[in-house]
Amino acid sequence: MSDQAVAVNRGGPTDKTLRLDAWWVEPAVTVGMLSTFLIYTTWAALVNEHYYAEPYLSPFYSPCLSTSCMHVTLGLFDWPLSPAILILWAPAGFRLTCYYYRKAYYRSFWMSPPACAVRDGHAQYSGETRFPLLMQNLHRYFFYAATLVVLFLWWDALLAFSFPTADGGSEFGMGLGTLVLIANAAFLSLYSFSCHSCRHLCGGGLDVLSQSPLRFKLWRQVSRLNENHMLFAWISLVVVMLTDVYVRFISMGYISDVRFF
Amino acid sequence: MASEFTMRVWRGDISGGEFKDYRVEAQEGMVVLDVIHTIQATQAPDLAVRWNCKAGKCGSCSAEINGKPRLMCMTRMNLFEPGETITISPIQTFPLLRDLVTDVSFNYEKAKSIPALKLKAKEADGTRRMYQDDVDRVQEFHKCIECFLCQDVCHVIRDHEDNKPEFAGPRSFVRLASLEMHPLDEEDRREFLKSDAGLGYCNITKCCTEVCPEGIHITDNAIIPLKERVVDAYYDPVVWLMNKLTGK
Repeated sequence: MSDQAVAVNRGGPTDKTLRLDAWWVEPAVTVGMLSTFLIYTTWAALVNEHYYAEPYLSPFYSPCLSTSCMHVTLGLFDWPLSPAILILWAPAGFRLTCYYYRKAYYRSFWMSPPACAVRDGHAQYSGETRFPLLMQNLHRYFFYAATLVVLFLWWDALLAFSFPTADGGSEFGMGLGTLVLIANAAFLSLYSFSCHSCRHLCGGGLDVLSQSPLRFKLWRQVSRLNENHMLFAWISLVVVMLTDVYVRFISMGYISDVRFF
Repeated sequence: MASEFTMRVWRGDISGGEFKDYRVEAQEGMVVLDVIHTIQATQAPDLAVRWNCKAGKCGSCSAEINGKPRLMCMTRMNLFEPGETITISPIQTFPLLRDLVTDVSFNYEKAKSIPALKLKAKEADGTRRMYQDDVDRVQEFHKCIECFLCQDVCHVIRDHEDNKPEFAGPRSFVRLASLEMHPLDEEDRREFLKSDAGLGYCNITKCCTEVCPEGIHITDNAIIPLKERVVDAYYDPVVWLMNKLTGK
């Protein structure tokens, strides 16, 4: 890299790194995983078809806010483009400004630094002190918006128990897709509510936690979840993508849903 | 059972230096610091190394072992394969004094600038009370042994010398968190965190947490909560509006 940080000579070794282990594996895997997700999500959001296989709605299109949706959640107005564009900014912004993902992409895409005790990939560094990275501070607002989306995903999971009948009505039932939608909503909830901003809002901002027993309890629970925030971030990322694939494949006729009852 | 290793140790001072190889036999149970002492005793009596407790509690023997910031006294030789070449270099972020000893005064200068504890007024009975629930959170930060491995690994100052005047580093943030979250403290350090300590320079890549020998969750429990407090004060438009309306 041409603008790689120059070695600072303080008298010791000036090598880029003296690490002997495969430090590059983690950033390489992260680039692979996040790139796959970004490419697939962008395609799935823009393609504007095969996102609904009754009663399953793809999470990339939920809530569906346009009156032209294949399955309208809230028909607010007629939107000529893909309805996914109307809502995906919220979960996308939430992940983009997430404290865990920041670590992941600063290391793997921006190489700042690529790994611990490996030289930074850039000669100049100002961190998150200037625009546009200063905007990372809006993470809590993306948390609010993404939480609303998660509520709609739970609503979709409930609707996934209602199957169409031949006479145009509906009946209670459960298919593999129902479980897929529940798992998706559950993992996204775990990811959202283990968020560092959520932890702060629950009670982290207080100095005397004992004076606010409810917030203290909430803070303690979220703190426990927060210990696994990275795990939930990856699981929910994969599960939301697979959920869309599952609904899409049913809609395209590639597979049939397994109906339990 | 004894095993032989090649210890590649940095020898030099601020003007420069080079790695020198020493063949050493390590006895069972030895740590890297023992082997460095063996080299001092048998092959290089002028080898400079800072150490004190040999128990992972004084934070003196910080170094980079095969490129990873670690305490020499807490790194067992049985982590390595017999016959392996092990590289021992000084922590890179601070100016070298000699061999494995660096000048870490940067950290003490930063510590001096941190606003001290400002106790709340005493209660009516003349005492101050705090509950264990409130103290638990800050006690984690008091485990810090000031080994400065977190400061060493932090790329903000390790790779960018020009950031040193504006950035206090993870060790300082642990100290600041212990004060800012203290149940009896009433000082507001958010302006200090944003401007003087340069909290915004941290891009939370978590290397400080990875190298902490005391297992302090520096990023999750100190730095990010401090960042959120700074957001409360300077970057949250709703909080800003509420403060304006309520005259805070």
